This record gives sequence, structure tokens and C-alpha cells, in this order.
Amino acid sequence: MTDEAYNFAYLDEQTKAMIRRAILKGIAVPGYQVPFASREMPMPYGWGTGGVQVTAACLVPEDRLKVIDQGADDTTNAVSIRKFFARTAGVATTERTVEATMIQTRHRIPEVPMKAGQILVFQVPIPEPLRFLEPREAETRKMHELEEYGLMHVKLYEDIARHGQIATSYAYPVKVEGRYVMDPSPIPKFDNPKLSCSPAIQLFGAGREQRIYALPPWTKVESLDFDDHPFKATKAAHDCDLCAAGDSYLDEVIIDDQGGRMFVCSDTDFCAGRRAKGHKGRLWAPEPEAAE
Amino acid sequence: MIADALAGGFTEAPVQSARAFREVLEAMARPGTIRRVVGALPPAPVSVAAGVVLLTLCDGTTPLYLAGAADCAAMRDWVAFHIGAPLVTAEYAAFALGRWEDLNPITRFRVGQPDYPDRSATLIVEQDKLTNQGPALTGPGIETANWLNLPETAAFRANRALFPLGFDTIFTAGDQIAGLPRSTRVEAI
Amino acid sequence: MYVAVKGGERAIDNAHAWLAEERRGDPSVPELSVAQIREQMALAVNRVMAEGSLYDPDLAALAIKQARGDLIEAVFLIRAYRTTLPRFAASSAVETAAMAVDRRISATFKDLPGGQVLGPTFDYTHRLLDFALLAEGLPAPAPGTPAKPQPVPHVTGFLNRDGLIEDAPHSEAVPPDLTREPMELPADRALRLQAITRGDEGFILSLAYSTQRGYGRTHAFVGELRIGQVAVEVDIPELGFAVEIGEVELTECETVNQFKGSRTEPPQFTRGYGLVFGQSERKAIAMSLVDRALRWKELGEDFTGAPAQDEEFVLMHADNIQATGFLEHIKLPHYVDFQAELELVRKLRAEALALQEAAE
Repeated sequence: MTDEAYNFAYLDEQTKAMIRRAILKGIAVPGYQVPFASREMPMPYGWGTGGVQVTAACLVPEDRLKVIDQGADDTTNAVSIRKFFARTAGVATTERTVEATMIQTRHRIPEVPMKAGQILVFQVPIPEPLRFLEPREAETRKMHELEEYGLMHVKLYEDIARHGQIATSYAYPVKVEGRYVMDPSPIPKFDNPKLSCSPAIQLFGAGREQRIYALPPWTKVESLDFDDHPFKATKAAHDCDLCAAGDSYLDEVIIDDQGGRMFVCSDTDFCAGRRAKGHKGRLWAPEPEAAE
Repeated sequence: MIADALAGGFTEAPVQSARAFREVLEAMARPGTIRRVVGALPPAPVSVAAGVVLLTLCDGTTPLYLAGAADCAAMRDWVAFHIGAPLVTAEYAAFALGRWEDLNPITRFRVGQPDYPDRSATLIVEQDKLTNQGPALTGPGIETANWLNLPETAAFRANRALFPLGFDTIFTAGDQIAGLPRSTRVEAI
Repeated sequence: MYVAVKGGERAIDNAHAWLAEERRGDPSVPELSVAQIREQMALAVNRVMAEGSLYDPDLAALAIKQARGDLIEAVFLIRAYRTTLPRFAASSAVETAAMAVDRRISATFKDLPGGQVLGPTFDYTHRLLDFALLAEGLPAPAPGTPAKPQPVPHVTGFLNRDGLIEDAPHSEAVPPDLTREPMELPADRALRLQAITRGDEGFILSLAYSTQRGYGRTHAFVGELRIGQVAVEVDIPELGFAVEIGEVELTECETVNQFKGSRTEPPQFTRGYGLVFGQSERKAIAMSLVDRALRWKELGEDFTGAPAQDEEFVLMHADNIQATGFLEHIKLPHYVDFQAELELVRKLRAEALALQEAAE
């Protein structure tokens, strides 16, 4: 049920039009960060205000919305954002990736491959991939203009010199269609390959930093690397202890104070789906009856 | 006259503009695909689709250029009432509406700045019809190739050569739209 | 058996209920009314209006009540509400020279037309806790008759007449709007002033203080500080004239700063400017110092690397709603990224240990 006190999807029409124009320019120049006049939202900056504004600008009443944080539908912030849109846009929600037409995410890309007709909206804290190498916006803007990405390669190479490998494990920078270096948001580098040539539209919103960027479907996205140190998508060398998946990104859970730990899928929908099909991990047990 | 200007807008703007934007987004994200939009009835000779695009994307902050037959009194009134976009010459336009021959010379439109390539014009090009026959389109948004009946190819190839600068184009015919962002490579014919 | 944490929705609802209970405090103590906050916590209300960029004392007081006195949280409530408000018109620039002043002081001239008016100030109170306030009761009425309205010209105007201070010519240019357009750097002075006036009072205060201690020193005198009501007028095109739609209380500070002159300019004083909603004189003075420090480039001064001179540093970090959001967001779950780091550190350690063993 929608809350009549607010406009459809909360934002006023002029604001949505402004965001929509920025999204289209982002689509036209994949990987380029389009400045937009981000609004103050009723949730704090850092909680996904950029993603929320992008989602609000794209939602239609017929959508089925999924919201995940850390891969899970049930984390508090995901619950809060899902509730916000259920209330202000009246859209149906789902926890199932395959049923969702729009997915807002923080820090993960679902394990089930995206498909055409879906839109994946990323929440982005610091959209500028060069920011930690050069804090000044005036400078980084010029670097993008001139395709001066040497500083980034130097940083990655220094990692190799010091550690024998690139010591960036999340928010791993990518190059889009051979032109713009882009921050993929703080997804683990395990998810980077899923960015490239996805059939879905991928949109990125950074509210506090006032930037929107986009990857149209079938856009080539390469993780930065070197010939002698090619990019590798890595995860914990375990299978999921609940569903036995060997190819999903895992959370590590500490289960006692004796050093005991288990590994479970970060993508809760993926894991539940596998268990429903009868896959059983090392520590699988029947679900206890849901408490009333 | 005035009554005409008052009619033909969205009756339920929040959801109609949302649905329309989604079609425009899919059209621009998948260049060359043809999609349908509804909800606007602008004065002749402007198409339903062009009217929908204007209502969805334009407002008082987006300078608009009306070219050729679209630059008629009825349309100017309609824009003033429903959109409020300031009418400007081609050089200052964020959006431009007209048939291809009326929008030419196309080099008048803003293509963005090297540090702000987003500050470029979006052209709404009216056609008699849209079909998936014509030069092959490749690039972001296209798995292998799409085809679209473009009014010409040279201008769009020249525009692609400016990338990341360039204008972006939305073709309209009746209630149909198709997108051609600057990132699309157009086959030489 | 491990069961993943569930029940986020119920946990949130329960937390909200608890929060509401805590907000009310001991129910045997009478509840604060919004009117009480508005009248008796007026300076807090002013701060929330200034940093919330919305002049509405009742809403600001409500926000303070709802936020349990956390002023940044109250500013946030006001900002989020402000976003939803349609914009009907833009007012004409307010005439601070026509302000009905409650307070007007100059540190540069002993006396001047319009006079020195101390007004309701803490300045010369002795900071002794007044235990009489523990009891309720009305203070003795303040003596004095209402001042006769008389013109109170700006101090900088006197200096300008003699060419002793840089000219500040009137401009019809439409200033950029920080709340409607993304911040673009370098910013012009109008945009900088907008950012500072809604910036965090503590941040602006510390920056201003740093200039006084030599980090971008500007040798400021308070030429004038005035607090009072000004009329807000809106042009009605259909009527062909402006209509007064209300009054707002403002604090305005103009500093007069030393300046040696340059190759193109003869020696003259320069200006720093502060204008803030409500009675907010600490903020207004601080604002004018920071404004002046940021003007180094247009006045042909050197950039000494001082934080207060660094436009991007000041403008990108002045907003406490942005700052508090990003600061506090690190308490949200980050276990996916942490897991990625954990794996990386384990791998690096394993490789380093293997190398060590091989060497031994």
C-alpha cells in the first residue's frame, strides 16, 4: 500500500526527471561519472541514498523489487530500504533474484546470472576510483579527461613489488570499453567478472558524492591487471557449509570461542534455493520450525 | 487554441512518467531496439512518442530547441504549459526536437566538454516510421548487432568519432521510440 | 546447527519502539512542548534552521524534540523534509541595511550612525551557573523603551565612500543553487557562501580559528555585526511589484581585513562576509573569516597551504549531514569486504611464512 502523503517513489517529479537525465547520460558514456544534484533523503548519506534515488527514478508500479546488503535480503539496511519502497511506491518485493525486475544492492552481485529486463542498482560510497590516490576532484576529473591512469597502474604495481600480488580485494578498479576507469562499488573482486557483458542494465548511485554512472547491457568491463599478474577472482577456499556450493562467495561465521568457524553463502537467496533442491553442506540440518 | 495547449499532458504524471522513462532507458541502453510509449497527445505535427519523451525528461531547467514544423505556435504553447522549458537556439539546447533535415546542420548542438562530456544535447528526431532495417549498430548495449533505419550514417559515425563527447539521439515515430547514444558504432553504408 | 541471523524487520521495529520510549524519558516529568523549545531553546532552533537551510522555528523545534536534542540529527530531519517541499518562487535579495536591528556592534568605530546596540548578548555575562533557574519563574522585565526606528547604514559603506575598502558592486547575476545543482569546483563566492552558511558550526568555527592562529591569516576586524529582522519580498510578475511575504531573523557579519595592495590595486581594506539565519553570531563571524580566507586567489594572495584557504577541502567537508552519514555508515555490515581482506591477508601471510621457511 502506498503512503498517500508522498509522491510515487517519494521524490518529486522534477527531481526524478533530473536523475533520469543523469542516468541517460551515464548510459551514453559508460563508466563516466555524471554529476547530479543529489537530494537529502530520509535515510543518512552512506546508507545508500544514491542507490535509493536511482531506484526511485527507475521504479514503475509493475516492478518487483529485491534489496540486498552483503548479499542478504534480511540485513537491517536492506529491510529498511525495501520497506521504504514498499511504502512510498507500493511495489511488490521479492527475495528471489530470478523474480526481481529491479535489484538494489550494497557490496554484492547476486550469484544467479542477471538477465535482460532486470536492472541492478549499486550503492556507491566513493565513486571516484582515483580518489585515494588523488584527493582533489579538480585533478581526478582532469585525469579522466586525459585518460591519465598511470597513477592507478603505479599503485597496483607497487602492491606487486611489496606483496607479490595486487593487494586490492574489493572495490577493485575496472576499465569500461577501453575508456573510463571505474569504481565497481565495494563488491569483492570475486564479483568483478559478473560486471562484464551482463544482459542487465547496471546503474551506480553515489548520493553524498553526487554522482551517477552506468553500464549498459553487453558492455565490456575489464579488471585492471598486468600481463605477468593477471586478474584473479578469488574467494575463500571452501564449500558452503549449508548448501555445499563450491562456486559462490562465502561469509565466514565464527561459531564458538575455540576457533571454530563455518563458511556460508553470502547470497542468501542462492543458498536457500540450493538447499530447497536438496543440496546439503557439511553442517546442513533441517530448518527448525519457524517460531510464531 | 489555449484549450489545446492545456490538453495532451500526462493525466497521472508520477506513474506515467515512470513507465515512459523505463522505456526510454531500455531504448537508450539497447540501441536500435524499438519500444512503445503512451500518455501524451502533443499538437500536430509532433508525435505521441516525442511528446512523452519531452514530458518525461524536460522541465524548466532544460533549454529546448524546436526545429522546423515542430516550432509552431501550438507546440510552443503546449511546451510552455506542460513543461516550462525555455525555448532556445540550437547552440544552447539540452534537448532538441524536429525532423532530421530540420535539425541540420547537426554540428550546432552541444557535444559536452572534455571534462564534462555529459553536458551535451539530446536530439529527439521525428521519423515517419521506425524499422529494424538499415545500418548495423554495434557497441555498448548490443550483444552482436542491431539494425535501425537511420536518416543517414555519416553524421552518426562522425559523432561516434568524438567519443566520449557527442550528442545522443532518441528517434520517435508515432508511439515508437528507439535510442542511439553517442557510444554506438554505426556501419558505413 | 547454524541458522543465519533473521528477523531484521522485527529488530528494527522493536528498536524504534524503544527509541520512542527513551525520547520521552521519565513519564512523571512533564513533556516538553514544541513551543517551549522554540521559545526557550531559541539558539538551538536557530542553529537547526541555519544548517537545515529552512527558516521555520516551529519545525526546527519539533525536529529538536524528535531528535532528543541531537542538533545534527535535528538538522537532518529538517533537510530531509525540505527536500519534499515544492519551490514556489525565489525572493528578492534581502535588504540587510533596512534591518530592524536588535543588536548592532562595530569593533572598528567607537560610535557611528545608528549607534552601538548591545542587544540580548551573553558577551558580558559572568559565566556562573545561575541556580535561580533551578526554580521556575519569570525574570524581571528588561528595562528600556523600544528604540526609535532609525536608519542603520553599513559600516563598510563609510569606508567604501573613501575608497578605503574594496568595492562590492551590486550584481544581478543569479547565484548558483547548491541544493539543486551538483557542487562544481572551482566555486564562485556565492556558492562558497551558501555552502558555509549551512555548514557545520563547529567545523566553520575551527577553520576560522585556525586562520586567526596563522593558518591563512587574514587580519580580520569585525567591521560590523548586526542581528535583527528583515523583510522577505517576492516579485509577483502579474502585479509588477514585489510583495512582502514575511520576515526572517538574520545575523550578518562584515569583517574588514588588512590588505597591502598589489601591482594592480592600491592598498585598501578587503571584505569577509557572513550571513546566517537567526541569532547565530558565532557562526556569522566564523563564516566571514573563512569567506575571506577562501578569497586568496581573487585578491592575488599566496596559497600557503592552510586548510581554510583550500576551497575543495572546506566545501567538501563543511556539511555535517554528509559527514555524519558517511562517518556513521561504517557501522553498517561490511563483512563481505572484510572477508575479502581476510582471505587476502591469510594468503599473503602464508606466502611470507613459506618464504621464511624456505630460507631457514
